[in-house]
Amino acid sequence: MRAQLPKFLFVLASFAALAVFPHVAGKFGVDLATKIMIFAVLALSLELLVGTTGLVCFGQAAFFGIGAYAAVLLSPSDGPASLATLLPLCVLLAAAYALVVGALSLRTKGVYFIMVTLAFAQMAYYVVHDTPLGGGTDGIYLMMKPALGDWLDLDKPLVMYRFTLLCLLATFVFLALLGRSKFGHALAGIRVNEQRMRATGFSTYPYKLAAFVVSGGIAGLAGFLFAVKDGFVNPEMMSWHISGEVLIIIILGGLGHLRGALIGAFAFALLQEFFRSEAIFGEFAKHWHLGLGLTIIASVALLPRGLVGIPGQLFGRKPGAHGGGALAQATPTKAGHA
Amino acid sequence: MYPPLKPIVRWVGSALAVTALTSSVALAQNTGKLKVGFMLPYTGTFAALGIAIENGFRQHVTELGGKVAGREVEYFKVDDESEPSKATDNVNKLIKRDQVDVIIGTVHSGVAMAMAKAAKESGTLLIVPNAGADAVTGAMCAPNIFRSSFSNWQPGYAMGEVMAKKGIKKVVTITWKYAAGDESVKAFKESFEKGGGTVVKELSLPFPNVEFQGLLTEIAATKPDAVFTFFAGGGAVKFVKDYAAAGLKGSIPLYASGFLTEGILDAQGASADGIFTALHYADSLNTKRDKAFRLNYAKTYRLQPDVYAVQGYDAAQMLAVGLNATKGDATKAVEISAALRKATIDSPRGPFTISAAHNPVQDFYLRQASDKEKENKIVGMASAKLADPGRGCKM
Amino acid sequence: MDLTTFLIQCLNALQYGLLLFLVASGLTLIFGIMGVINLAHGSFYMIGAYMAFALAPLVAATVGGGFFTTLLFGLILAVALGYLLEWAFYSFLYTREHLQQVLMTYGLILVFEELRSLLVGDDVHGVQAPDFLSGSIPLGDMMVYPVYRLFISGVCLLLALGMYFVFAKTRLGMMIRAGSTNREMVQSLGIDIKFLYRVVFAAGVAIAVLAGMVAAPVSSVYPGMGGLVLIICFVVVVIGGIGSIRGALLASLLIGVVDTFGKVLVPQVAGVLVYVLMAVILLWKPDGLFKAG
Repeated sequence: MRAQLPKFLFVLASFAALAVFPHVAGKFGVDLATKIMIFAVLALSLELLVGTTGLVCFGQAAFFGIGAYAAVLLSPSDGPASLATLLPLCVLLAAAYALVVGALSLRTKGVYFIMVTLAFAQMAYYVVHDTPLGGGTDGIYLMMKPALGDWLDLDKPLVMYRFTLLCLLATFVFLALLGRSKFGHALAGIRVNEQRMRATGFSTYPYKLAAFVVSGGIAGLAGFLFAVKDGFVNPEMMSWHISGEVLIIIILGGLGHLRGALIGAFAFALLQEFFRSEAIFGEFAKHWHLGLGLTIIASVALLPRGLVGIPGQLFGRKPGAHGGGALAQATPTKAGHA
Repeated sequence: MYPPLKPIVRWVGSALAVTALTSSVALAQNTGKLKVGFMLPYTGTFAALGIAIENGFRQHVTELGGKVAGREVEYFKVDDESEPSKATDNVNKLIKRDQVDVIIGTVHSGVAMAMAKAAKESGTLLIVPNAGADAVTGAMCAPNIFRSSFSNWQPGYAMGEVMAKKGIKKVVTITWKYAAGDESVKAFKESFEKGGGTVVKELSLPFPNVEFQGLLTEIAATKPDAVFTFFAGGGAVKFVKDYAAAGLKGSIPLYASGFLTEGILDAQGASADGIFTALHYADSLNTKRDKAFRLNYAKTYRLQPDVYAVQGYDAAQMLAVGLNATKGDATKAVEISAALRKATIDSPRGPFTISAAHNPVQDFYLRQASDKEKENKIVGMASAKLADPGRGCKM
Repeated sequence: MDLTTFLIQCLNALQYGLLLFLVASGLTLIFGIMGVINLAHGSFYMIGAYMAFALAPLVAATVGGGFFTTLLFGLILAVALGYLLEWAFYSFLYTREHLQQVLMTYGLILVFEELRSLLVGDDVHGVQAPDFLSGSIPLGDMMVYPVYRLFISGVCLLLALGMYFVFAKTRLGMMIRAGSTNREMVQSLGIDIKFLYRVVFAAGVAIAVLAGMVAAPVSSVYPGMGGLVLIICFVVVVIGGIGSIRGALLASLLIGVVDTFGKVLVPQVAGVLVYVLMAVILLWKPDGLFKAG
């Protein structure tokens, strides 16, 4: 338990910092932080699948996009939608698609699983991109943002910031509690050694599917927040580039730790800002992809456990239960590669 | 071997701190200069277009002595990566962080759509130097949103008129299944069918798929009088080459919106010879105004200008006209709009006016690609003073 | 659709499928044999295309050669590049987990794209096919079929045969196949597995670069062309079964058929068909069509 204290304090401090941030930051800072928090929610959803359960899903963008598009398509055009009905609806729709995708994809393993989840995400992408259902390839607008009565108007940036922070906190707490529950332990067991779990008579499929559905729902929440914040959705939200970016965020932050998703989201966004900054790089700033690419390579080479693992590496602590072997289940091993 | 983590952590930490600081510093400045924010693609497929637009804009500002309406110009840049999902964040960097007075951008329509919304909400002046999405001067039109380029509707409509007048009866259209292609073909169909022609088949393929062979076979099997198409960039190069390689070049004439051959004739070579296109600019205009512009551009940037550079140049002209009327105040959108609606912009493309929905009312030239002379030669006028109907615009 | 059109469409499907195989075979080699997920595969294809564009004038000026000489130079450079990359970068990836490979090769894509932008710029380019291959064969009364596309198909078939021969009939192929199933065992038998992997990797890169160079005259050369190719290559490799050359060939042909006829018959859903195909096949055969080999 003592080892948990610094982690807990870190998370507490982070949320406290986020709570007071609007008072020190300008309009842009609030805006940027809101967006980062939305991606942190998305990252947390993927962390449940990849870090906790060991299921590498490459189609998270689909659930994200469905949540966002549902928010726009189900909002009435003449007045603000009710937050109490719209939010749960978006989450449910995303979770429903996750149910379908999960039910079918979980028949495969390893790299094939990764590619099947990608296939389903691409299907969702093309439905929105090529059919009139999504309103067109240039995207559609959310004219009126949802509200809850008079006191929660998400059109105001500060209100949106606080609401997003609340959602992030709620997601974090929910996943932390889930991780400590029997369900969470079952998922961890599946990640570490699914064969063994099954050998003890445990039916792993319903657990994996449940994780999928929960993850999809949370991703839908992130999508809902995204649509409400920007007031604009575009089919590119469902592209595999977004799925890839979220994956990068959680790997960068550190797999197997919820705070890894948080750290990763902030680090990735700040890294991009850093390399694009003309103040630092001048004319060369337009080639910021170079710096970003090299940093990603270096961080994987030097920080195999992600940013979360830095204290461990600095002070030479042994890897904990969530060590580097998180992926043994989801990916083919080196020997006997087929 | 332990990697030197302590220095890395320190370095990363300071870097982040510096970024945070520089962001807030940018916020603090307010020196009376006119802040112009470019949101253009500096990386990715459209990077060349982004650079051309910025070059054109800067050229005019330099011609004005570095000042617009008496205010010295200060530039800010954001790379939009042609990514619509990041568009709102990127444009907010200009609006909220750098607090620019005017935004110039962008190339990709999906990105421009997000920018238009953000600009409409914040009231920041926005001049779009390329993106042709009809909605920007349609459903999302606003007193502070202008376009110096074209709407997707215009070149398609112009070409429809041309082909109908030529007596062409049966046409097959082919394009990518995305907004620019759809809007272009729809506009073409509108004027072509009004002029008595028929579109016998509408072919499309998913964007950005470039495997055209199957559809070219379809075209050959349908045997139309002509083909109307919309493609741009790398896909356009491939389409033109594939079209010629399939033997259709000689037998079924190809007509298109100008972007099929604009700036990529070199890459297309002989396969583009003879293609008719409609565009609001041509390299061979040979007017005094255009010649002066081209000479100046070539001298300054050691590159040949193209339609994108002209659009950037004219965005600067429009800005100057608008701000001169308000003595440099970029927040007075209504007065700027009134001034621009009355003005005639003396553009290298030829003089144009601004429609009620803030889209250029301009001449569209009929050009034919010539391999011998390596340019799109003007062979006539496709449509004079063509105005986009601004459907859905309520201003 | 009448019979002639149908046959021509079949030819189109076959030709596209073979082109896909040409591009994807390098990936199945690297992924299948060495178990490295290489997202930068599309970048090698792009490097090939840009090489075809950039090397042609240089080769013409120095040794007076044409298309095939450029190809040869390009191949030599590609093998050297592959060898260097493996030694400097990829050899560290074998022991890493797949997700780390994904991340590092993704970083590599960004680096390659920016290097391309810095060295060659951002313009769109075209590459001319050699004159003697620029003719066409008439098909029906309206269409002709470009000879160059038949040439590409020929190159693909040659490559497929060559790969089959090397893997199934030579000692080198045997060592490679053994090394892919059990690295340590092969090493303990005294075979230099590091050198073997380096050779295979260089070959994979060379094939991707060759694909880019050969396809350049019919595609165009532009920024971001690698990304488009990448995802379809992965689809091919996965449908076919990772590590199976035979599978990659069959998968490529299947995709060729689905893509070509999909666009013509059901354009509204053409974009999604390939992915539906992949999902259907993987749900039926969760390990792809064929096992490795």
